[in-house]
Amino acid sequence: MLAREVLQELIQVLGAENVLTEQEDLLTYAYDATAAMKHHKPDVVVSPLSTEQVAEVVKIAVRHNIPIYPRGSGTNLSGGTIPTKGGIVLSMLNLNKILEIDQDNLTATVQPGVIIQALNDEVLKLGLLYPPDPGTVTTATMGGSLSECSGGLRGLKYGVTKHYIMGLQIVLANGEVIRWGGKTVKNVTGYDLVALFTGAEGTLGIVTEIIVKLIPSPEARKSILAVFDDVDKAGKAIASIIRNKIIPATLEIMDNVTIQTVEHFVHAGLPLDAEAVLLIEVDGYKEVVEREAVLVEQILKDEQAVEVKIAKDDKERDLLWLARRSALPALAQKRPTTVLEDATVPRSKIPDMLKAIRRIADKHNLNIATFGHAGDGNLHPTILTDERDQDEMKRVHLAVDEIFQTAISLGGTLSGEHGIGIAKMKYLDWEFGEAGVAALRRIKEALDPNYLLNPGKIVRRD
Amino acid sequence: MSVYNSLDSITEELHKCMKCGNCMAVCPIYKETRQEVGVARGKISLVEYLLSGEIEMTERLADRFSLCTTCMACNTNCPCGVQFDKIILAARAEAVRKKGLHPVKKIAFTALKMQRMFDFGMKTGSLFQGVALKHVPHKSDRIARMRFDIGIGTDKVFPMLASKTLRSEFPEVVKVKNPKMRVAFFTGCMINYFYTDIGKAVVEVLKENDIEVVIPKGQGCCGIPASVNGDVASASALAKRNLRAFEKLGADALVVACSSGGTAWKHVFGELLENDPEFKALADKWAGKSYDISEFLIHKVPFKKQGLGRVDRKVTYHDPCHLNRGQGINKEPREILKSIPGVTVIEMKEPGRCCGMAGSFSLVHPDLSVQISDRKTADIELTHTDTVATGCPACRLQLKSGAENAGIEEEVLHTIQILAESYRAGKKNEIRSL
Repeated sequence: MLAREVLQELIQVLGAENVLTEQEDLLTYAYDATAAMKHHKPDVVVSPLSTEQVAEVVKIAVRHNIPIYPRGSGTNLSGGTIPTKGGIVLSMLNLNKILEIDQDNLTATVQPGVIIQALNDEVLKLGLLYPPDPGTVTTATMGGSLSECSGGLRGLKYGVTKHYIMGLQIVLANGEVIRWGGKTVKNVTGYDLVALFTGAEGTLGIVTEIIVKLIPSPEARKSILAVFDDVDKAGKAIASIIRNKIIPATLEIMDNVTIQTVEHFVHAGLPLDAEAVLLIEVDGYKEVVEREAVLVEQILKDEQAVEVKIAKDDKERDLLWLARRSALPALAQKRPTTVLEDATVPRSKIPDMLKAIRRIADKHNLNIATFGHAGDGNLHPTILTDERDQDEMKRVHLAVDEIFQTAISLGGTLSGEHGIGIAKMKYLDWEFGEAGVAALRRIKEALDPNYLLNPGKIVRRD
Repeated sequence: MSVYNSLDSITEELHKCMKCGNCMAVCPIYKETRQEVGVARGKISLVEYLLSGEIEMTERLADRFSLCTTCMACNTNCPCGVQFDKIILAARAEAVRKKGLHPVKKIAFTALKMQRMFDFGMKTGSLFQGVALKHVPHKSDRIARMRFDIGIGTDKVFPMLASKTLRSEFPEVVKVKNPKMRVAFFTGCMINYFYTDIGKAVVEVLKENDIEVVIPKGQGCCGIPASVNGDVASASALAKRNLRAFEKLGADALVVACSSGGTAWKHVFGELLENDPEFKALADKWAGKSYDISEFLIHKVPFKKQGLGRVDRKVTYHDPCHLNRGQGINKEPREILKSIPGVTVIEMKEPGRCCGMAGSFSLVHPDLSVQISDRKTADIELTHTDTVATGCPACRLQLKSGAENAGIEEEVLHTIQILAESYRAGKKNEIRSL
């Protein structure tokens, strides 16, 4: 419980309507989209309307030594927004304006509460695109997606969130406001704090304004489906496409378990006996797309795809992508609890990783489906389970441990796009070693010495 | 076990939710408040806390459960197939069992049960409504505003009570020459007391199609206002009354022109009466032959195309939530509109987004209801049409109120009224050509 005095100060700054204190409201901020996480109720939820108000909230928190948990839509998958130590949840959703779209410099300036899709709807009217597209584009905020450095389906060709963040306004842990970066492509003034704060999960400062890079929206696109009777062949096909110097916008894979589930769900015509399917999309100028599609088709055939299908029209294209987009929903309906991981390996190791996941599933007698962004090595092993079954959950945790061990041993990483949060904190030294974790801690302590900003995430306080 | 009888009935529904938050993309309330409690995920969590015993049912909790228009948009956007409307109805019924009904609602739903009293009140109301309501001059709709604020604001434009109720204007059996079918018409309260023009259009169109229309005098409120607010006892009593009234007169089919009424006959009566074998059987029997009027005219008895006269209207169609998502009816009204000579249909952005009326929701949360409505009105304005068609009298009220307050010239009609208009125009032509 917060002292009355603290609440009064918050209400004075924000107005009573932007300060939630009743249990029935607070409890709805005790969780996020991460499966099987312990809930923690905050003491208060505040919704600032300006950078100044954010700074004032931080100063109040500093004076009374209260933790602050910044939050967008709470769609992350790493426990990143759960207020583990109570305190203040800082909802950024009322800072939801697109401040500027600059067609000459190809930038947009937005507040952190803007929904990703809302920005894309606006820039598309001008023939522009903001490429990062996590599965949550219609719900996630720009601030949340920046803080988690989310990726999505277009990572292979267009990169991920961090490649599009050019400038930030940040409220520091002492309540001071700084601006870093801007609209210039080149900027080497000082340390690259823009890069540091992107993906920092709100543990180093609170972002209140974001300048992002936009690109011209591609003129045309073509989708191709390839069916394989062997995971290795699919893996070779992925490598071969890239070796032939074609960079598709999207290069997705679904394993047999996923294919079976999806096909029963949407009837997109996926072959039930396939060991893997690849879904590929090339985009760009019409002429380039035509040429690349033919090349990709040839490569897939050379790599012994059982079947290759180019979507003839938008309807066929939509059906293919409906199949891919239905992967998670279809899987999620099979069992009550869906543990979705994002272990990532160099793309050449995709077949090894897929086979390892299959072994781990068999070993622990679990139902694991794998799909994901094969082109950038980012897989989503998805464990279908039931939180209420304690014995099974034990096996789930063991399997998750082994999946991460495997990813790291293959030269990969713990998290491709979901972030560390609480969920993967304990694995960090597997990837960085003790010295690496200590380096992270020193950065955290330099910027937030009292652990007030999203404490309990990424870096554990000793 | 139905959602109206026990909170346990929804445990599996709750377990399906993986808290992904996809409901945030489509929830009309969340779009306005941007507070987690406004969206399905938030309320699902509260029900879970309630079931685990971590919190108790309080009035404050019941307040949170009132934050839902039951528009079911979240159902269709849910990757896990959660039927949130079931969860919210069960939670509200639980709230009434534990905390009782809000006193105002208690009075209202009791009145609905006492049909004769209610009728008398409404008739007296039609004489004296000028005391509280100020008439707003308008060419086609008899509408009014509250003169003073009784807690629901003075912004909302209401339809004036009809001087004669629909059911008093027709005999119980409206005969036609050589009837090809006998169809019962469940009017619902809004059509009976306010929008009698919709009811008259239904009768007119059915007669035009050689159908004998039965309008049982013993029918009453559909009970949906009670059941969505958790007053299961009142809703069950009303369900029985209606089943008795229609069973007494009998018919080959039953039609409604109101999305709540349709939901009641097709789904809710059976769920409410599941523990009463006799009435459950009756409810199932009538559910099997209940149709929304547009559904009836497309699938059951395809309506007569000859004799349709020209109606010059640019029309945009608003999908009522309980017709569209609740009963899967969205193509049928459009098909009717498109078959009328002279009618151009221009779709608005998101025709299926809730208008924010949601029955008593608009009374309990007037400001929120208006905010939701304003978005709808803005979408309508962009279509540059002169008419909004819809399939639900409650939506009509809300849409009219929104258009009136925005100062846009837009007539709001039920689809069936435009069809009736076309038959009428056809007849005029016939006479002229004689």
